[in-house]
Amino acid sequence: MTWNPALTTRPVGRHALLVELPDAGRTAAFHAEVLRRRAAGALPPVEEVVPGARTVLLDGVRDPEALARVLGGWEVPPAAADHGDVVEIPVRYDGPDLADVAALWGVATEEVAALHAARAYRVAFCGFAPGFGYLTGLPEELHVPRRATPRTRVPAGAVALAGPYSAVYPRATPGGWQLIGTMPDPGPLWDPGRERAALLAPGTRVRFVVADTARGVAAA
Amino acid sequence: MTAQLTVVRAGALTTVQDAGRHGHAHLGVPRSGALDEPAMRLANRLLGNDRDAAVLETTLTGCALRPDGAVTVVAGGAPCAVTVDGRPAPWGVPVRVPAGAVLNVGTAAAGVRSYVAVAGGVTVEPVLGSRSTDLLSGLGPEPLRDGAVVPVGTPASPVAVPVAAPWPAPPAELVLPVRLGPRADWFSPGALRVLTSATYRVSPHSNRIGLRTEGPALERVSEGELPSEGMVLGAVQVPPDGRPVIFLHDHPTTGGYPVVAVVAPGALAAAAQAVAGTPVRFTLG
Repeated sequence: MTWNPALTTRPVGRHALLVELPDAGRTAAFHAEVLRRRAAGALPPVEEVVPGARTVLLDGVRDPEALARVLGGWEVPPAAADHGDVVEIPVRYDGPDLADVAALWGVATEEVAALHAARAYRVAFCGFAPGFGYLTGLPEELHVPRRATPRTRVPAGAVALAGPYSAVYPRATPGGWQLIGTMPDPGPLWDPGRERAALLAPGTRVRFVVADTARGVAAA
Repeated sequence: MTAQLTVVRAGALTTVQDAGRHGHAHLGVPRSGALDEPAMRLANRLLGNDRDAAVLETTLTGCALRPDGAVTVVAGGAPCAVTVDGRPAPWGVPVRVPAGAVLNVGTAAAGVRSYVAVAGGVTVEPVLGSRSTDLLSGLGPEPLRDGAVVPVGTPASPVAVPVAAPWPAPPAELVLPVRLGPRADWFSPGALRVLTSATYRVSPHSNRIGLRTEGPALERVSEGELPSEGMVLGAVQVPPDGRPVIFLHDHPTTGGYPVVAVVAPGALAAAAQAVAGTPVRFTLG
């Protein structure tokens, strides 16, 4: 069933519009609808479409007020669970915070892998670093806080949790997320020379696959 | 004929910049590009380059370059002393630099960022459609170091006849017209009055990511964390210390601190040339 989003729009300077959605699911649906209409040539020119946790920013717009009126008339279909590319990320569940996360979840350390890999994830938005995707899909009872003290260096390929999100670090950076595992070969996560620079772009569906040995990356 | 420039003195921070990396913000890629975009364009125009050809952006202390073939350059943006093999040369108009001579772009007499454009443009390999150095995420060429070699493209033929051009002076006072929002409602009415009436000063901790300010803290009425949302160029973001930060070209594409207002795009070139200590006033408009 489609929904009229009854959108809240907030002007952002002279050339951008921030569209607020009630929850992550409708944010994903609205973002997908923006991309569909843009691809169909049914949207005024927009330079950047940047999804956030509960918002979609439309930047580089000639007339934000006129665009806001157009958006108010949209009927948005719900995000189909099977819509979007699926990427499989092999993970060795060997992170230094595995025991802490197990304690927060109230399970044995060995069970973290199964619980984490059992979920279906979707990239809600990117930020922090190029190709760093914020993945939703963990149920609320498995949300964990950030570490009290951030690490000065988190290695590329680290599989991490914070709040409602999972992520895989595309390159080594400082970071305060809980590290539960490692993607054996993080190379495919980010390659600016590739047609699709970010493996985990907004809207991409993600499955984590428990990797026991040196398995390669499953084809996307 | 193409040439190469050897960096004899890289200065405090010299980077390659063009019009930036557009269309990738949703992947976490900053736009980057010359902070004083009008200065970059004017320098290119004086050389007959494409308006968005890549140039060098210096920071406060200039740089020195030695071409391996004769090149024509314009040093513009922040005014500075220019020499070729020690002899004074004009700032802001095309200068011929013979092969092997050293072009020195001196310390800015005012302002922060000088631009060195070369006929033919700087032709480092583009990344995601831009040659710009992005200091936040490390895309594009590394900041230049002494001894680095910078490739130059084929000049337009013939190089445009020099014309006198007015270069705007760096600001003695930075006036930033803003529109409130999108998160002005996270701040008290008193805080919004402070924003538009107090005088702030440019903090020495400013960089290509943000122009930081010193001045009265803006009081929030809405506590808690803002879920991450998209950030625009010119956003006035307010971190927990309450001091406004104006996002410049290397700003993160999403962020979790509320944006109280957005600076008009036309004012950002002056912001990029405002030295530490410059008074800053935000005006509605």
